[in-house]
Amino acid sequence: MQQVAAPPEDERAKTLEIIENNNHDPKRLVKILQEIQAKLGYVPEIAQRLTAKRTNTPASQIYGILSFYNFFRLFPPGRHSVNVCLGTACYVKGAENILKEISSRYELEPGQTTNNRRFSLDFVRCVGCCAIGPVMTVNGKVYGKMKPEEVKDVLGEYK
Amino acid sequence: MTIKSTNDLFALKGKIEKEKFELSQKTQVIVYQGTCGYASGAKGVLDTLNTELHKRNLKDIAVLEHSCMGCCYIEPYISVTEPEGISTLYGYLTAEKVTQIVETHLMGGEIVQEYTVDINIPFFSRQEKRITELLGKIDPFKIEDYIFYDGYQGLSKALGMKQVDVIEKIKRSGLRGRGGAGFPTGVKWNFAYNTESNQKYMVCNADEGDPGAYMNRAELEGNPHAVLEGMAIGGYAIGANKGYIYVRAEYPLAIDILNEAISQAREYGLLGNGILGTSFDFDIEIFLGSGAFVCGEETALLASLEQKRGNPRPRPPFPAVEGLFGKPTVINNVGTLANLPLIMCKGAEWWSSIGSETTKGTKVFSLTGQIARTGLIEVPMGISLNEVVFDLGGGIAGGKKFKAVQLGGPSGGCVPAEHLNIPIDYESLQDIGCIMGSGAMVVLNQDACMVDTARFFLEFDADESCGQCLPCRRGLPLMIEILKRISEGNGEIKDIETLEDIATFMQKTSLCALGQTAASPTLSTIRHFRKEYEAHIIEKKCPAGVCKDLFHYEVDEELCNGCHLCALKCPEEAITGGKKEPHHIDQDKCIKCGNCYHACKFDAVLIK
Repeated sequence: MQQVAAPPEDERAKTLEIIENNNHDPKRLVKILQEIQAKLGYVPEIAQRLTAKRTNTPASQIYGILSFYNFFRLFPPGRHSVNVCLGTACYVKGAENILKEISSRYELEPGQTTNNRRFSLDFVRCVGCCAIGPVMTVNGKVYGKMKPEEVKDVLGEYK
Repeated sequence: MTIKSTNDLFALKGKIEKEKFELSQKTQVIVYQGTCGYASGAKGVLDTLNTELHKRNLKDIAVLEHSCMGCCYIEPYISVTEPEGISTLYGYLTAEKVTQIVETHLMGGEIVQEYTVDINIPFFSRQEKRITELLGKIDPFKIEDYIFYDGYQGLSKALGMKQVDVIEKIKRSGLRGRGGAGFPTGVKWNFAYNTESNQKYMVCNADEGDPGAYMNRAELEGNPHAVLEGMAIGGYAIGANKGYIYVRAEYPLAIDILNEAISQAREYGLLGNGILGTSFDFDIEIFLGSGAFVCGEETALLASLEQKRGNPRPRPPFPAVEGLFGKPTVINNVGTLANLPLIMCKGAEWWSSIGSETTKGTKVFSLTGQIARTGLIEVPMGISLNEVVFDLGGGIAGGKKFKAVQLGGPSGGCVPAEHLNIPIDYESLQDIGCIMGSGAMVVLNQDACMVDTARFFLEFDADESCGQCLPCRRGLPLMIEILKRISEGNGEIKDIETLEDIATFMQKTSLCALGQTAASPTLSTIRHFRKEYEAHIIEKKCPAGVCKDLFHYEVDEELCNGCHLCALKCPEEAITGGKKEPHHIDQDKCIKCGNCYHACKFDAVLIK
């Protein structure tokens, strides 16, 4: 699950390959963009422009899709992606304190990446593990019944 | 092998029955692992189990991996079924406990009583398991397990009937959409059936974005084929040969299971061309949602499926008449679809034999929040909230007081204690300003502030609003601003009225359900907890101790026995006091983190 941003020439080649595999089909825009993000960890500007050009779609429409859906990232993520669930069930069990603990420990606000690119932090609106809240995920792995004092140990595992 | 007829289906079932019988001669250990199970350590339990069995050379024991059956509060858990059919449920497991179960139970034949979970408590006995019946009972990665339990026989029955008769049967059952709005499913189908078109679509809405709800995730992870079968039945009835499942990208395990289920169904010819030897063709494709709550709204979902921004559009035309790519499209929730095979197999009369006057059948809820037993429950419609919260859920965790139960997420409302006796059905809940919703039931205790809760949902909706129509785009930030003011102690009494005005305006003028219902949580908290709003505004106090500007912690000198635990937990060293002497909180240093309040075993830390 580790995602490290690829160098630009690589980004170009990989984007083109994905568009090619989808037959330049504008009816698969979201799918193409999802695949680009899966491959590169985010959707860089060069990939947005290439997708626009090769699928014959206005670049504004591409950006419109990317900015609409929470899933898409426009900036390179850290090596480890940390998500704190702020769904109702987690919220009433103190999820905000988990988020605050991570924020203050790593000087990181939701949506940001640490300077050393170790972590990127975000909050999500429910991962569907409400029975074991508060929940956070690291690179997709779910940690349930979190306590603020456990943050240090869990994230310490991710170098 | 392709199943070409109903007879083939029965023949296959017969074959599987033999295999199942052989398996039942062995001791079976089932490890339950849904997403929540994994997160609670089910994988570790499985590994330990396998290692210990291998170490002891216990080859005759079958280890099976099933999905979660809903009792999430005991995770990780396993069950041991002996050849005689006696089954024992073990919960709250760790590696050590598993080792002990292997030694004592699997080798010694003696049940380890202290780790067992009593299945005679109301959480299990009061449920009416229908669509969740097979959750945890079958291996979701094996279509054969589903066929063994009469899987795809509902489809087989439907294909032997006229389309109108299938629709009539669903109408007669009284099935209403389980996504929240409660529209009669058969009526919706009829619209699509009656619309002439060369192409129609069947769409499964699995974009379960409601925070606090995970019924659909559990249903898909536990029994994916029921949903596929339901879609095929719907497809046949309305005349669609193409189906889409719109599922959240946040549910990776459910997606894996669905992909596997679809490919197995295709292999057997239960999806594809000429299903069961008839002329009916039907295939299903999965589409991953990219994290937009509004896409749970059907017109937004369709826009998203068309690879656009998920902006809702005005209705009519309704999707059943003009939907995906302009073609007639029926969009049904996962829970609705999972009920269809049951209605086809067991009949509309059987299906509607339980429930309330207006709402038939059962409903699956995810019971979460500050409750003793969290998990997935399926109960008959018409059961009272009181029974669900206190009998099934075991009441409030940690000896605290019940305050409210939140239903329907960001579109719903809070039900206070005095209304807990009302039956759960669409109409009764509406009467008290609440909705059934998709099934999220979040229980709040005395520590929840209702002003803060209202703000939480408004911020959620503001975040998720698509922004194309003004009432929602401007109304939500305005309401948030007012609530913020109130929670900071700067509210005025006329603010309550202003909130109600904006809310009513949004209800009447927003384009889609998100905007129309976004103010509901606020309205319901004002309606049922007006005193709490007034306490914030007039007395400048937050009785629950959540709004940081409106309370402080104090130690009750009478109750404090000087155990010093609070001082140890205080990150700011704000608490002082000698051993066995009453402690004191320095208000200048206190950051109101609440550690002392939660740490005190004598309730000596008070919210003032």
